[in-house]
Amino acid sequence: MIELLVIKVVLAGIVLFAVLNLAGFHTWVERKQSALIQDRIGANRAPIFGFRLLGLFHGIADAIKMFTKEDIVPTGADKTLHALAPFFAVFFALVTFAAIPFGDSIDVGEIPFGDRLNLADPVIDLQVAKIDAALLYIFAMLSLGVYGVILAGFASRNNYAIMGGLRATAQMISYEIALGIAVLGVIMVYGTMDLAELVRAQGQMIGGWIPLWGIVTQPVAFFIFLTAALAETKRLPFDLPEGESEIVGYFVEYSGMKFGMFFLTDFLETIVVACLSTTLFFGGWQVPFLLPDGFHFPWGAELAVPHLVYILLGVASFSIKSAIFMFVFMQIRWTLPRFRYDQLMGLGWKGLFPISVANVVVTAVVLVFLGEAL
Amino acid sequence: MAVRVVQRPELTFWEKLYLPQIVSGLKITFRHFFRNLFLHIAHKVGRFKHFSAAVTIQYPEELRPLMSRYRSRHRLTLREDKTPRCVGCMLCETVCPAKCITIVAGEHPDPNVEKYPIRFDIDLGVCVYCGYCVEACPEDAIRMDTGILDLAAYSREAMRLDIHELMDPKLRKPIDDCSLEFPHTCEVTGGGMKGSWDGIAGD
Repeated sequence: MIELLVIKVVLAGIVLFAVLNLAGFHTWVERKQSALIQDRIGANRAPIFGFRLLGLFHGIADAIKMFTKEDIVPTGADKTLHALAPFFAVFFALVTFAAIPFGDSIDVGEIPFGDRLNLADPVIDLQVAKIDAALLYIFAMLSLGVYGVILAGFASRNNYAIMGGLRATAQMISYEIALGIAVLGVIMVYGTMDLAELVRAQGQMIGGWIPLWGIVTQPVAFFIFLTAALAETKRLPFDLPEGESEIVGYFVEYSGMKFGMFFLTDFLETIVVACLSTTLFFGGWQVPFLLPDGFHFPWGAELAVPHLVYILLGVASFSIKSAIFMFVFMQIRWTLPRFRYDQLMGLGWKGLFPISVANVVVTAVVLVFLGEAL
Repeated sequence: MAVRVVQRPELTFWEKLYLPQIVSGLKITFRHFFRNLFLHIAHKVGRFKHFSAAVTIQYPEELRPLMSRYRSRHRLTLREDKTPRCVGCMLCETVCPAKCITIVAGEHPDPNVEKYPIRFDIDLGVCVYCGYCVEACPEDAIRMDTGILDLAAYSREAMRLDIHELMDPKLRKPIDDCSLEFPHTCEVTGGGMKGSWDGIAGD
């Protein structure tokens, strides 16, 4: 029991460490990537002992600034809710990572020196919480994340803030439906809601050449998911809840690290969505042609791979795919202008929603004709 | 007056789909991203220097090249013997629309020169950088070609330039040492006269 607890705490620690650092790194990526897109240089100061490292330490400088800034609570604001809202937002963004598998189950007995640990159950899932309905859990947590936003708007006692909160709520609700129905197609194809099993099912091949990833079986669902997921992250082109530059969002009345936490939430949600897209549509930790005992290339060549290398390749594959998604999301964020509110609602209810339902119907019909779930 | 009917362009199916527009937008940003990324790396190893990767000018270290006619901070030009060319004719003080120049003239030992400035102050907080003083000067004694643009100061007093800073553009406040050889009144010596013409004008 203690053993299991230690393993889970270590796994949670690894995931939290990686994710929080990645979110901090995102602030740097955002600055540098936008600078490159716009023919600028971007933040390149904040030296530590004379080392600038392309301005990498700006994130640390920002964090220090946020923590030492005055925390202003407006008169008439609900103090408890005002303080609670940013924690809500960050908490629900962080717990989402618990259900995302970032590697295949590792058999400690097969890695060097692993048998000295004498674990009762040598197989460790590289997933913080092994939940049968992991997908449901993730969507529940993503939906709860909107509470932080609406509470922030509500507790600030500011008309602009509450309008921002309302916009956020309307946007979340209309896109969550499309998101859920799009993912329904994936669940139907692979016949499981357990994300680890879902990734394993994506390891099969069509004719030995094309990996059976979600993008191959559910291309329409992928685009709907991508659009809806971008809306979930509350970043451009769907940044109506925030609209920092002119329409003023739900966190106008926040300062210091409370504002920083909302900012962090945006980056965390971007990472969640990138990880989810990888898991659902790009085979998670699957490497093409790599099976647990080694590479099996379609032209007949085979290459045996030790267990530890296989696991590490999987983790690297997952990380690289997620990083590419984060890069693309950032690129989209710096390319597209914001949607108008009615266009946003129109796209959600009149565009994505019917298409996703049609996708589910078509998938169901095709599956019936094929006979079995894959 | 005739009514003009504005024909709104009908969107085609592809335009309504919006996806091609997203792709064309992403094409532009991706092109800029990878071009600049490549150029930044190439610059680090000293290649492709003649293609610029960013329009940024890193201001305090790097200055924007100025036009030769640009009017920057003033300076007083010097004779060969390090005395000002100014003959204290007051033309610049007279023409100045902002009245920011204060000149006190003294008698120059050389009868061909007649006068020279004991004091020459310009209040940059008042100056409008019109350049009339430069145009009015018959002796080419005042110019606005130092290229100094960072004129900010913490007090109005610090915006006032006296003859030391005007004669040597490299000097910055606070000035606590006066190296001028000819007689002049300056704040470093408490407003009293300093220096002598001995060894400058000869007799």
